[in-house]
Amino acid sequence: MAKKKNTEEPAAQPTGGLFAYAPAPESPAAAGDIATSYGHFIGGEFVDSSGSEALKTVNPATEQVLAEFAQGTDEDVDRAVAAARKAFADWSALPGSERAKYLFRIARIIQERSRELAVLESIDNGKPIRETRDVDLPLVAAHFFYYAGWADKLDYAGFGASPKPLGVAGQVIPWNFPLLMLAWKIAPALATGNTVVLKPAETTPLTALRFAEICRQAGLPKGVVNIVTGDGRTGAALTAHPDVNKVAFTGSTPVGRAIAKQLAGTRKKLSLELGGKAANIVFDDAPIDQAVEGIVNGIFFNQGHVCCAGSRLLVQESIQDELLDALKRRMATLRVGDPLDKNTDIGAINSAEQLARITALTDAGEAEGAERWSPACELPGTGFWFKPTLFTGVSQAHRIAQEEIFGPVLSVLTFRTPAEAVEKANNTPYGLSAGIWTEKGSRILWMANKLKAGVVWANTFNKFDPTSPFGGYKESGYGREGGRHGLEAYLDV
Amino acid sequence: MSTVAANAPGVAGSGLQDVAASEASLRRFLHGLPGVDQVGLEARAATLGTRSIKTTAKAYAIDLAISMIDLTTLEGADTVGKVRALCAKGRTPDPTDPTTPRVAAICVYPDMVATAKDALRGTDIQVASVATAFPAGRAALPVKLADTADAVAAGADEIDMVIDRGAFLSGRYLDVFNEIVAVKEACKRPDGTSAHLKVIFETGELQTYDNVRRVSWLAMLAGADFIKTSTGKVAVNATPPVTLLMLEAVRDFRAQTGVQVGVKPAGGIKTTKDAMKYLVMVNETLGDDWLTPHWFRFGASSLLNDLLMQRQKLTTGRYSGPDYVTVD
Amino acid sequence: MSDVATRLDVLKTYKLYVGGKFPRSESGRVYEVTDAKGEWLANAPLGTRKDTRDAVLAARAAVKGWAGTTAYNRGQVLYRVAEMLQGRREQFAAEVAVSEGIGPKKAAALVDAAIDRWVWYAGWTDKVAQIAGGANPVAGPYFNLSTPEPTGVVGIVAPQAGYGHSLLGLVSVIAPAIATGNTVVVAAAADAPLPALSLGEVLATSDVPGGVVNIISGRTADIAPTLASHQDVNALDLTGAIASDGPGAAPALEAAAADTLKRVVRPELDPFAQDWTNAPGTDRLLSFLETKTVWHPMGI
Repeated sequence: MAKKKNTEEPAAQPTGGLFAYAPAPESPAAAGDIATSYGHFIGGEFVDSSGSEALKTVNPATEQVLAEFAQGTDEDVDRAVAAARKAFADWSALPGSERAKYLFRIARIIQERSRELAVLESIDNGKPIRETRDVDLPLVAAHFFYYAGWADKLDYAGFGASPKPLGVAGQVIPWNFPLLMLAWKIAPALATGNTVVLKPAETTPLTALRFAEICRQAGLPKGVVNIVTGDGRTGAALTAHPDVNKVAFTGSTPVGRAIAKQLAGTRKKLSLELGGKAANIVFDDAPIDQAVEGIVNGIFFNQGHVCCAGSRLLVQESIQDELLDALKRRMATLRVGDPLDKNTDIGAINSAEQLARITALTDAGEAEGAERWSPACELPGTGFWFKPTLFTGVSQAHRIAQEEIFGPVLSVLTFRTPAEAVEKANNTPYGLSAGIWTEKGSRILWMANKLKAGVVWANTFNKFDPTSPFGGYKESGYGREGGRHGLEAYLDV
Repeated sequence: MSTVAANAPGVAGSGLQDVAASEASLRRFLHGLPGVDQVGLEARAATLGTRSIKTTAKAYAIDLAISMIDLTTLEGADTVGKVRALCAKGRTPDPTDPTTPRVAAICVYPDMVATAKDALRGTDIQVASVATAFPAGRAALPVKLADTADAVAAGADEIDMVIDRGAFLSGRYLDVFNEIVAVKEACKRPDGTSAHLKVIFETGELQTYDNVRRVSWLAMLAGADFIKTSTGKVAVNATPPVTLLMLEAVRDFRAQTGVQVGVKPAGGIKTTKDAMKYLVMVNETLGDDWLTPHWFRFGASSLLNDLLMQRQKLTTGRYSGPDYVTVD
Repeated sequence: MSDVATRLDVLKTYKLYVGGKFPRSESGRVYEVTDAKGEWLANAPLGTRKDTRDAVLAARAAVKGWAGTTAYNRGQVLYRVAEMLQGRREQFAAEVAVSEGIGPKKAAALVDAAIDRWVWYAGWTDKVAQIAGGANPVAGPYFNLSTPEPTGVVGIVAPQAGYGHSLLGLVSVIAPAIATGNTVVVAAAADAPLPALSLGEVLATSDVPGGVVNIISGRTADIAPTLASHQDVNALDLTGAIASDGPGAAPALEAAAADTLKRVVRPELDPFAQDWTNAPGTDRLLSFLETKTVWHPMGI
């Protein structure tokens, strides 16, 4: 795949010639047993689908089928919602302190099994083991720990005395951070006394199904967590289900829009975490080496499959050349390849479909006259891969500056004044995140105030924490996940 | 004496020749360097520290690390016997395996230079001498210059000087600059050649990373051949982030002036794992050009034995122990 | 000298309130406003889709200045509205009485409650960030702060029913939205627009910058869909949607709002049962806010 020819230049400062890192692969066996086929997790049991349609999940680094799993039918969704409804009465009546202990238990089990889950996530998703090990799994456990503590303290959360749960939450999550998005959805829902039916993405169902095992291991009452697999049809059945009280969705803006339409006129509470086209703004007085790291982390972290990715680099004209030289030099050291190699920086693109989308948009970038650059790097022969790519000479009118690419592709634009930077940064229907790089404190605060984005990273980027609310302005969605704010989406307030 | 061009030929054409023309211009230049964000720098160093160096890469890195060691003894209790033993160790780090590389240098006090020189005769192992009232540097300039000249006269190949941290922290950058230029001058031998000058910053005393970047540029502008983190005599010595920052400084300095400068972290690097992290930083920040003892050194003493034990493990497949490497 | 026994009253021509000015509808049309018994009271301008779009332009232009003013200053302005309303208490009591078909004492009490509601929200402007925002103790060397920011332009379908809807209900939906720095375009209660149009006159003399509040009278079925589908409206308050246009209206408006993912406040299940004298709480105040979280490293 991705055989499109890029403009390649030798790295400005070749590395790895003398000191070439030998492969340091994590063992795939550490992922534990992967069944050949999976059903759903409903009412505390692993059950077969009422239908016969099965989907396949592949390892995007090898294109090998990992397992088959059920395409959830309307009937499956119905069963799962019924199980969640049945469990709701007891679960919501449970003292918060008891709910808390279940969540603490789950957090502990996740910590214990973090290596297994990290490897499984890398295999199913294609993301590097370094990220699943050092970012995803620690954050997953931390999220359960954080919300566990809220379960018996909701009276003090600022939503009035004894705030009530909503009921059954239907949750649909994306493939870019499968287990982390599951944690962002399930932890606050359970802490507040809701029960859930969660649908993982159709390319990455395995860690959610493994999480179902963890729920059993933790002795979680049956039906409190239900997992139904399938593609968008299953998701639509879940969000449309009349006995669902709350819908939480993370994914693309078009799908979020469709769900908002679908829910119009219902009393279902909705929270949406959608797309983004974040500007990462670098001023001429930036801490330049850290800014380069921030840019790289902003767009190449998780292959750029990040809704808050810093996909538009806005660089002050006066340091454009210097910064781009440094950025290219740094990009040349990125190690693309086997996700299970501990030294891999950029893993596989999650699916053939996503690769085709990235390819189409980057082709459009070239066709529209932007200049494309990638470092020389060997891509594996099988699997879905895309080289870290930089576009210069990009203007706001280009598609690559407007549309979410969701891949390792950075568009570089320039600005002259802070006001122009703000104007360009805000010139998008999205408003999820933004980055500012400058050593001048008052300018940071001025910029942060002006940027229309739910998360502003100043002199850093792509930092996440369970205590820190995350979510967007405008068409990036509504509601917040994380922190005290994240409780609101699951409370009747 | 304060002209840069005389010391660093490449600097002349880089637009930097007037930087040290006055205290004001030097200050303006150093304070105009990009800032350093502590959290970001430390995060990058930590990430590089997670590289997994295995099998062939590890074998390469261990041998490279051994060859980069400035094997050091800087004790008040040093004796001729101790220095001779250390030199023997440097020559033959692992008597059981003749393929083991030699260390880069033996680093001693000035009065031990002659002893070390004699003990290393017939090898290409360098003799490095600390000088300039090491480690505090609190002596009058003529004393520091005499200290340096004495070490050079005794045969030192390399001089590890300390900067005047007091002057630097009080903002007297030109004093620090001029002192380095003077010491560099004192490194000259009668035959016109010169001992290599390593400039020690004692980064643990400079406190901020902004200071480390500034002092790195100051020293390079003044003609340092190497920049070195620490004396090993204070609480905080070489750390990965400080070293990474200095690697970035030499990278940027070469890009701007064409002059290549070496880097030497010293103090606190005790294990093979530590050494691997530093070599990864060199590899991914500077690349092949610096992956040689000519441009990167470890100031260390106990590191060598840990490298040797790991080397034996790679060779024999068994974990080694302290009794299987020599103690000197 | 003729024998003039009585003096002829000067009748008021009610106008829209848009961008701080009092235009007639661009259509030039008006509609008859009657009291509860069907007696003619006055003509109100029949605001159109175009009037609504003009109002959105005015509201958008006012966002930067209003959101950018200090919370303290916004509090002063809202308190000034209460002062001005107090001075015209009798006029509003009369309009509320005829609009809602209630007696003068009850109407006066509703006006008093409306005045007090402005005071309540005037006091909130510089406190809401402290209850809705805060420091987040992240597990790392970062300063991390969440602060609420105004959503932007809010389209409001004003209450069309419920006890006190014509003025108190109206104030109860406008004040919380502008207290936090939003600007609003309001579709007034279609059958009882006179207090709303008069409120425009109060706002114009209360240091509320032009464009912060825009009031359109007319058919809700024209105004509300324009607001719901307008791409430059950020949020939609459908409080009055069901009562004005029948059961189907709110879902249609919500669906239109979904196109640009507007934040939507849904109507109550039974708007007629709503008693606007009830304590407002903070729900509406917190409805049109975006939480912005800023990270910065801490280092030397």
